[in-house]
Amino acid sequence: MSTLVTLPVLLPILGAALTVLAARSARTQRLIGIVVLAAVSVVAAVLLVAADRTGPVVAELGGWPAPVGIVLVADRLSALLLLISTVVTLAVLVYAIGQRISDYGRETASTTFHPIFLLLSTGVSLAYLTGDLFSLFVAFEIMLAASYVLITRRTNASRIRSGMTYVIISLTSSLLFLTTIALVYAATGTVNLADLAGRVAALPEGLRTLLSMLTIVTFGIKAAMVPLHFWLPDSYPNAPAPVTALFAGLLTKVGVYALLRTQTLVFPGTGPSAVLLVLAVLTMVVGALGALAQDDLNRLLSFLLVSHIGFMLFGLAVYDARGAAGTALYIVHHITVQATLFLVSGLITRRTGTVSIEAMGGLARRAPVLAVLFAIPALTLAGIPPTSGFVAKLALLQAGATGGAATAVVAGFVVLASLLTLYAMVRVWVRVFWGTEKEPLSDDDPTDELVVGTARASRPMYAATVALVAVSIAIAVAAGPLSAVTEKAGADLMARTPYVEAVLG
Amino acid sequence: MTTREPVPFTQWDEPEGEWTLPGACPVRSNRTLMLEAAARFLFPTVLVFSVYLLIVGHYAPGGGFPGGLVAGLAFVLRYIAGGESEGAEIGSRFVVRPPVLMGLGLLVAVVSALAPVAFGAPVLASAKVTFEIPLVGTVDLVSSLLIDIGVYLLIIGVVLDLLRSLGSGIERDAREAAGEEAGP
Repeated sequence: MSTLVTLPVLLPILGAALTVLAARSARTQRLIGIVVLAAVSVVAAVLLVAADRTGPVVAELGGWPAPVGIVLVADRLSALLLLISTVVTLAVLVYAIGQRISDYGRETASTTFHPIFLLLSTGVSLAYLTGDLFSLFVAFEIMLAASYVLITRRTNASRIRSGMTYVIISLTSSLLFLTTIALVYAATGTVNLADLAGRVAALPEGLRTLLSMLTIVTFGIKAAMVPLHFWLPDSYPNAPAPVTALFAGLLTKVGVYALLRTQTLVFPGTGPSAVLLVLAVLTMVVGALGALAQDDLNRLLSFLLVSHIGFMLFGLAVYDARGAAGTALYIVHHITVQATLFLVSGLITRRTGTVSIEAMGGLARRAPVLAVLFAIPALTLAGIPPTSGFVAKLALLQAGATGGAATAVVAGFVVLASLLTLYAMVRVWVRVFWGTEKEPLSDDDPTDELVVGTARASRPMYAATVALVAVSIAIAVAAGPLSAVTEKAGADLMARTPYVEAVLG
Repeated sequence: MTTREPVPFTQWDEPEGEWTLPGACPVRSNRTLMLEAAARFLFPTVLVFSVYLLIVGHYAPGGGFPGGLVAGLAFVLRYIAGGESEGAEIGSRFVVRPPVLMGLGLLVAVVSALAPVAFGAPVLASAKVTFEIPLVGTVDLVSSLLIDIGVYLLIIGVVLDLLRSLGSGIERDAREAAGEEAGP
């Protein structure tokens, strides 16, 4: 069983190696990517079942026990997030393959796209599974290095410029992360998370607060928490649709996961955290208001992404088992729906030739399938019953209502931000899908970022989007068993002992 | 009035012999004798040293990454000594293309990480073989050397790819840009 835990990390690397070697056959490359990600999904599902039944599954690399060796740990939370992330990654890969076939032809092989895509998946898996702080840094670096390549390839000067913002911000946060690890190691003499759980408690109050705040800032940049969010709406919308979907779906959520893990395991608090509550409110409101001001569809979705990071922070800030469970459920729902929305936005853009909402119109009559594909995730994101968004928000609101006066007030902001999300989505719906039909715009001026030109959308692109919509519906249908798992995951996070005992024995 | 054949401009210290790979650097006046001669002797020496670093890495400073970098430096030296044509050759002459080297390295590393599972040991576990070699002494061979070899290949692949894309690639772009400007 312990070997299984290493597979989500090793299989994508193996796939990356094989796709580089198969650089001349586009068909083989596609096959390897899909097979590897499907295999990792299966492994993640098995791990989730095992972790739910018998407790965290631990792999000691090289047979070295913790805290000396490096451990990979799959508990309920990490296995669940690993599963949903891999499924979304697989769907995005299928979409990307479809888009590459449409744009560059069936025979176009690449020595970069497939290997880098799989390496990104390696980084995400390692971030979820790792049991020590330094491997978490390595995971983020793998993920970011791969994302630097994906965001800047096959692109023009203005996109490279916005890509540079992303690279510089990410390098800054990596530097901060490394500094934090050095300070943590200097203070405690260990980087193993389970070992830290015991040792950090013995540190002086001030030092503990400093280290805790440093991790909040570090992971806050990665998670795009207001006021550290400014890089996201400038960089994500400039990448191709599948890349944006992958980044929006996974990368920020890995930051939230890291925050959730460290704040509960290493820096446990007592009761609601005032700092995180304020940050959560700011993130929710600033993101939602920012979204209302956008004309560019992708920028609008990026601001909504920021807004919904606030929801996850809120669950963490409540700081009890219900809150943590709500955050876990919200991450699962949001990874799916945000990736879906960006994929749909890619399909819409290909038909209208522009990302400007003002320049679109009457799409519901011309493309009814697209309208349905947009409406479902849009309502899900806003949290209309009976979608998965409603289930996740309900869990958060319940946590807020029982957490005390302060969290109840912030729960009000959750409702407000949900309404603003709904308003933003309705606005998109009215402008894009209703109204007078407008002619698709052709790309006459390549430097204009709003008009990007139309293109054909191949069948795999629709299939992948439909599959993701189906996954988000499935989350709503399976809400009962799913929230049972997240509630136990939340209880595990707060109790800390299941994780610590599984790792340290 | 008779026209004379233009006599190529030569200097006394222009290299005559084939110091680098045959056919390298067709423009003789662009060559530097010192660097070429040094590269000729240093190239195999540095490669041997990189293999030494690779092997001692388990107990002493070294390992796959430094070894690969040092081996990569040997190729960088060749590239600088051989100039443009050498850079172009890195792409065309080698039997193994740089991306294949990278893929192979990654493959070796992952497979040797997973291999212990076949023997019932945890992932990344390593075994040790100790044997005596006359005159040399006791030699420890560790199975994790395979991962180092993978990293070594990967790094060489990366350096060669950099030489191809950023080295000769940029020179080619510059040449094409100059050619366009000179055109009508």
